[in-house]
Amino acid sequence: MSCCAPGVEAAAEIGRDPSAEELKLASRDLGDGLYQTDLSVPGVHCAACIRTVERGLGKLAGVESARVNLSTKRVGVKWRGDAPPPMIQALAGFGYPAHLFEAEQDKGDPELSRLIRAVGVAGFCAMNIMLLSVSVWSGADAETRQAFHWISAVLALPALVYSGQVFFRSAWSALKVGRTNMDVPISIGITLAFSLSLYDTFHNGRHAYFDAATTLVFFLLIGRTLDHVMREKARAAVRGLVRLSPRGATILRDDGSHDYLPVSEVEPGMRILLAAGDRVPVDGMVVEGASELDCAIATGESAPLHVVPGSALRAGTLNLTGPLTLAATAKAQASFLAEMVRLMEAAEGGRARYRRLADRAAQLYSPVVHATAFLTFLGWMAATGDWHRAIGIAIAVLIITCPCALGLAVPIVQVIAARRLFENGIMVKDGSGIERLAQIDTAVFDKTGTLTLGRARLVDVEASDEAMLAVAAALAARSRHPLSRAIASGLDSGTPIALTEIIEQPGLGIEARVGGDSYRLGRSEWALVDGKLGQGTVLGRNGQFAAGFMFEDTLRPGTADALTALQGQGLGVAILSGDQPATVAATARQLGVEHFEGALLPGAKVSRLGELAAEGKRMLMVGDGLNDAPALAAAHVSMAPATAADIGRNAADFVFLHESLAAVPTALAVAREAGKLVRQNFALAVVYNAIALPIAIAGYVTPLVAALAMSLSSVLVVANALRLKAGKVTKTASAVQSEHLSGPQAMAAAE
Amino acid sequence: MSSLVFLVPLALVLGAAALGGFLWSLRSGQYDDLDGAAARILLDDEEDEN
Repeated sequence: MSCCAPGVEAAAEIGRDPSAEELKLASRDLGDGLYQTDLSVPGVHCAACIRTVERGLGKLAGVESARVNLSTKRVGVKWRGDAPPPMIQALAGFGYPAHLFEAEQDKGDPELSRLIRAVGVAGFCAMNIMLLSVSVWSGADAETRQAFHWISAVLALPALVYSGQVFFRSAWSALKVGRTNMDVPISIGITLAFSLSLYDTFHNGRHAYFDAATTLVFFLLIGRTLDHVMREKARAAVRGLVRLSPRGATILRDDGSHDYLPVSEVEPGMRILLAAGDRVPVDGMVVEGASELDCAIATGESAPLHVVPGSALRAGTLNLTGPLTLAATAKAQASFLAEMVRLMEAAEGGRARYRRLADRAAQLYSPVVHATAFLTFLGWMAATGDWHRAIGIAIAVLIITCPCALGLAVPIVQVIAARRLFENGIMVKDGSGIERLAQIDTAVFDKTGTLTLGRARLVDVEASDEAMLAVAAALAARSRHPLSRAIASGLDSGTPIALTEIIEQPGLGIEARVGGDSYRLGRSEWALVDGKLGQGTVLGRNGQFAAGFMFEDTLRPGTADALTALQGQGLGVAILSGDQPATVAATARQLGVEHFEGALLPGAKVSRLGELAAEGKRMLMVGDGLNDAPALAAAHVSMAPATAADIGRNAADFVFLHESLAAVPTALAVAREAGKLVRQNFALAVVYNAIALPIAIAGYVTPLVAALAMSLSSVLVVANALRLKAGKVTKTASAVQSEHLSGPQAMAAAE
Repeated sequence: MSSLVFLVPLALVLGAAALGGFLWSLRSGQYDDLDGAAARILLDDEEDEN
């Protein structure tokens, strides 16, 4: 596919594709031999993508139908048969890398449909009442007015009883614990307005506030629904990303038979077969075989770890070279992962204490509104002695100050900001993340997988002659080890060399014969006769040194620019990593970062963040590994790349899908502008109240004035929020983003 | 005045019909993929449908 073949930035490329058993395990049984598998396909983004994916999958044997959901970037495939069709391989063939999606979490969203139904009902009632009210305001005679008021009362009832429930419930649950929130004045306002209007209708009164009460419910529900949609959309997108922890494991029974069990059923003592390219499902010990493990996601260490029988393995690490047999030492719930969850829960205190701007405003707002309305009532009682009039004016005060603007002020801005971020490949978990991001003054980064891609790149070669390099390239091309791949892509292979007797020794290297010479590429102690431990990767010719290779982790594209941009905005930048201090120092020097620390354990990262927080700093933590998850939970606000471990992604407030780190300054720019617009909206609400409140207290607010004032303030707030779209900051930021994106794509094309 | 006797109920019935239509479309999943609906309009009809 031409225009929209997704670039290499599309999410992660981890290990290998899920096996057929794993696919089947993740599929839903629709009955009648029909299964549905949900795949996350981050690359689809236009009509041509939909067509390619749906037609391509539809042609596979066994596939009944395939339906792409562009909003959630997912495809649901219905298929028949004993084994799932090769969907993921087929999708990869079309240029759309796909990942397994959690089927059990895909259960729709009852809360959202309830909210939308409530909005629909309130909208219907409000509009019809408004229609009738306009004729009343334009001077209907007493008889018609009376009839219209009665119809309005009947119409207002469902809006109040059904749609209003959303507010009543929230207000009640706040009052039950002795607190007050924005929904308390709303509930009192609409209930009183309805009751008084009903009373007036009985007694042939001239004014009824049915329209105000229902319109208020309608507008506020729109804000509530937008807020909910934004949170759910991001949550769904994040959930749909690649899973790093395997969902099952191949168990080797004592009688030699194999079983594929879900991870949760793996018991300590069971023997697990782990192929090269698989992730370790639970903590375990190697019983048989030797290999190298990629621990980057678990510990932040960038160099592969050599394991032999007896080595302890942590869940989540990736087996790189050879098949292993493990003995499970812990259940899934007690594995390394679970330990991280405990640390995270302990660290989460600071985040939980943060109260959203709207809640803080409500805390201030509702007592003021109630007091004003009550004083108005007392004042009019004292002045006129007419309790009906006094209550009517007090209700007008409640309605006019009802936080229409406040109810919309924050969610509408956050919805638009989230949309902007989404377009830039950044997911937001909830609105408070945007608020918190705007407040940060320090950005703390993890190294492996965050600043770097965790992919080795050949930087230096030391060779006796050119021919040796050609041999090394030929050998490296036969291996899937990350360092071999780096050598193969870093060296010009030149003329092909005939290799014979190629053997890959897991955990050691690869060997072969060329003519009469034996070559070994790998660990120095294995490749060289007199090799010592820790000399790095070498090519040995009959046991003699022939070439040495130096590697470096590849930086994420846009890293240097992103850090410069952050420092340019006056933010402090620091690196906290679990990798070797020397490696961390090299990366920090290369990026011009002064504050860095290496060899940190997960707990130490949290305590470092705690120390910074004690200095009064507000930190953004950007990290990807399991070992970062507690720190992500502890920081004021956190961000993780899509390639991060599940648990890290769940802990982060923001998840960025593209490879480039430019997402960080982009998100910051959007968050800051959103913060500015929210403050402006609050200012608008205050100005509106300053004008409307005296008029209401003076008793000049008729239903017509109330309707006009409310609509005007809501429209103003929404219009102001829409200005974010035109924000210059975000435009330039997204331009930078796309520039960075073209980088890796161009490189991939060149390869 | 007499015209209102059937015009107002008529307006209400029409409004209620629209509300019913909205609730029906909501239930049948027509709002599940708004971006997709916007893009699908550009696709040709499936010629190889069988």
